[in-house]
Amino acid sequence: MATAAEAHIDVHGHDDHHDHDHEQSFISKYIFSTDHKTIAKQFLITGIIWAVIGAALSAIFRLQLGFPEADLGWLRPLLGKWISPEGTLDPEFYLALVTMHGTIMVFFVLTAGLSGTFSNYLIPLQIGARDMASGFMNMLSYWFFFVSSVIMLISLFIETGPASGGWVVYPPLSALPEAMSGSGLGMTLWLVAMVFFIASSLLGGINYVSTVINLRTKGMTFSRLPLTIWAFFLTAVIGILSFPVLFAAALLLVFDRSFGTSFYLSEIYINGEALPNVGGSPILYQHLFWFLGHPEVYIVLLPALGITSEIIATNSRKPIFGYKAMIISMMGITFLSFIVWAHHMFVSGLNPFLGSIFMFLTLIIAVPSAVKVFNYLTTLWKGNIVFTPAMLFSIGLVSVFISGGITGIFLGNSAIDIQLHDTYFVVAHFHLVMGAASSFGLLAGVYHWFPKMFGRMMDARLGYIHFWLTFIGIYSVFFPMHYIGIAGFPRRYYSFTNFDAFSGFTDLNMFISIAAIATFIGQFIFLFNFFYSIFRGRKAPANPWKSTTLEWTTPRVPGHGNWPGEIPKVYRWAYDYSKPGAEDDFIPQTVPFSQTMESNLPHENDMIALEKEMDAEEIVVHEAKH
Amino acid sequence: MMAEDYKLVDTPVEQPLSMHPKKFALWLFIVTVVMIFAAFTSAHIVRQADGDWLIYDLPTMLWYTSAIILLSSVFMQWAYMAAKKDKLEQVKLALAITTVLGILFLVGQVKAWGQLVDNNIYFNGNPAGSFLYVFTFVHALHLVSGVIYLIYMLISSYKYKVHAKNMLNMEMCSTWWHFLGGLWIYLFIFLLLNH
Repeated sequence: MATAAEAHIDVHGHDDHHDHDHEQSFISKYIFSTDHKTIAKQFLITGIIWAVIGAALSAIFRLQLGFPEADLGWLRPLLGKWISPEGTLDPEFYLALVTMHGTIMVFFVLTAGLSGTFSNYLIPLQIGARDMASGFMNMLSYWFFFVSSVIMLISLFIETGPASGGWVVYPPLSALPEAMSGSGLGMTLWLVAMVFFIASSLLGGINYVSTVINLRTKGMTFSRLPLTIWAFFLTAVIGILSFPVLFAAALLLVFDRSFGTSFYLSEIYINGEALPNVGGSPILYQHLFWFLGHPEVYIVLLPALGITSEIIATNSRKPIFGYKAMIISMMGITFLSFIVWAHHMFVSGLNPFLGSIFMFLTLIIAVPSAVKVFNYLTTLWKGNIVFTPAMLFSIGLVSVFISGGITGIFLGNSAIDIQLHDTYFVVAHFHLVMGAASSFGLLAGVYHWFPKMFGRMMDARLGYIHFWLTFIGIYSVFFPMHYIGIAGFPRRYYSFTNFDAFSGFTDLNMFISIAAIATFIGQFIFLFNFFYSIFRGRKAPANPWKSTTLEWTTPRVPGHGNWPGEIPKVYRWAYDYSKPGAEDDFIPQTVPFSQTMESNLPHENDMIALEKEMDAEEIVVHEAKH
Repeated sequence: MMAEDYKLVDTPVEQPLSMHPKKFALWLFIVTVVMIFAAFTSAHIVRQADGDWLIYDLPTMLWYTSAIILLSSVFMQWAYMAAKKDKLEQVKLALAITTVLGILFLVGQVKAWGQLVDNNIYFNGNPAGSFLYVFTFVHALHLVSGVIYLIYMLISSYKYKVHAKNMLNMEMCSTWWHFLGGLWIYLFIFLLLNH
């Protein structure tokens, strides 16, 4: 018992100042901060910067794909020698562009930018904790991410160009520095940056899981957690289990590159000369990589789904439909995400029998995904829908999740995948279901929690314009891409006009490029809205969306420690919206059943006795401690 | 005393899981290390199944280092139990022995590499040999962190900071050390069965 008491003192030893704002220097408040809210904002701003860079890279290669004959000389101030004297884009740099676009978007924006922001921001606020389990580890997590970002950014500007073997960096292309110019220093920097990134993700993930399990406030049982927290929790679990495997894969790749081992290399000739490496297997890398790579898809997607659950329930003014089904389906997705990786490898020479097992497992994921979509739609059904920008993006997420998910069923079938593998069909599929869906979740989350983060409101009208531009833009980009893919256009090709087989569809490619660049430009409306509102936005009310969760019980701008007094206790689940008989159309989680006799269901009346017991218990314990 | 009471008022009285968050975080970290080695060993199995696999004798030194690491775990446990009973002199002794055994283990692993080189198994060559180097190297890296933790504990014990009422670090250190020992035994048995 003594240890338990010691532990309690230890946990809260660091936040004994939370009652009054104590003086912090600029550095400890805004730079090397251990406060989860500041760290979340650091992740958010860094993520936004990366998103702009990543999207700008895609705009450049879309220019090349849509207008292969165009003179790109005007990009020379930005790209320098990567634009040839004739004004064309360097083909090797084209490969670097797609590689870096993928790396940046998947890891830096939708993993660190999404999980890093919202897990950090919402976990302590929504479970009723003063801060993360370890503020120091949390700070370290951001600064590892920062170091990783700096290294990756530097790699964009080196003479030989950044890594160019695709974001999956398959050997032997990535393992042999002489294979292409991007496999030299650029690849080394990529690997170093990823090592820091993995360390950052693991520190973050360990923190999220131990915070959710250990630091929930009184009454906050797992069955009362908002779905956001469930999503962040499961995301962190996936990360803890899969990122170490990427680390292992990358380490072996480093040994192959720099120490002459042959884990992935075998019988390779360069310029007619045989390399000494024998006995390696490049397929081994694919297995290791996709063991992370597939769960990574859900690391990117699950937080967005959690955010959407919360926003849709709040803005439909209805309890989320099938709360338990949502949790079970997320758990199902978590579990299944680890046993489907080889569906990325149907054409790698995989045993067809093994392929059909992976196909079967892959198709099962459609079940929990469909359950989630069904629950979103039934939550919306007959709700008093409030169309805030966050709500629009959440509904948009459901839309792209459906249209991208359906093509996933096609691709999950190995017979069809063998035809469509590495075509633009795949590109269209994963951009809709993973890229667009997660970005919509990220944007929805920013619109929804901005008032809590900065104490001010974003402009809703600009939000609507931003949404419709983005929504129409995304579909205009990726819907036509399916046709190009079915026509057999392979991805990662610099230009199609040189091949007779692919000489068609130039107008469609042009249309996609225009749509992509327009969508990219549309995002600047968001950027303006975001940064302007931080300083000049209308001051936010305490609970602008009339939401039930704990974060809206904090002051307008929560200080260090989140709640000025005691941490509120939780008496009910997070989705008591429009409860029949209730005065308001929402009942916050902090309101006990004993105060809502008019709306209680029979079994909730029984809970009143338990509530009293819970309060009495606390008094007894306090006395015992004194 | 007053200050502590004040803090306790805020503490969620009923911790949902009666485990210290730092200890819990250590367990999660152990999970990540397990996953790294799960990846290495499954890579070993997958690669071995592909054929073209060099069969060689494991360095005899590995038997000795395995014994050393097992022995060190025994002393670690002794230190832990002694600390629980406030037998501070025993704690110092046991921690010191554990630390020395940990360092001996590391020296032994390096000697094992020497034996491999004598046997013409190099880091670069057939992956069969490379895997052994990777296993031992990455495990040794983790073990270095364990030794540093032990040294830290040893210094704390000389400052009388390790006792029955301050067991958190002791518990975490012993968990970590036992895990590292267990991990090596797993790797060794794996190598014995699959090399």
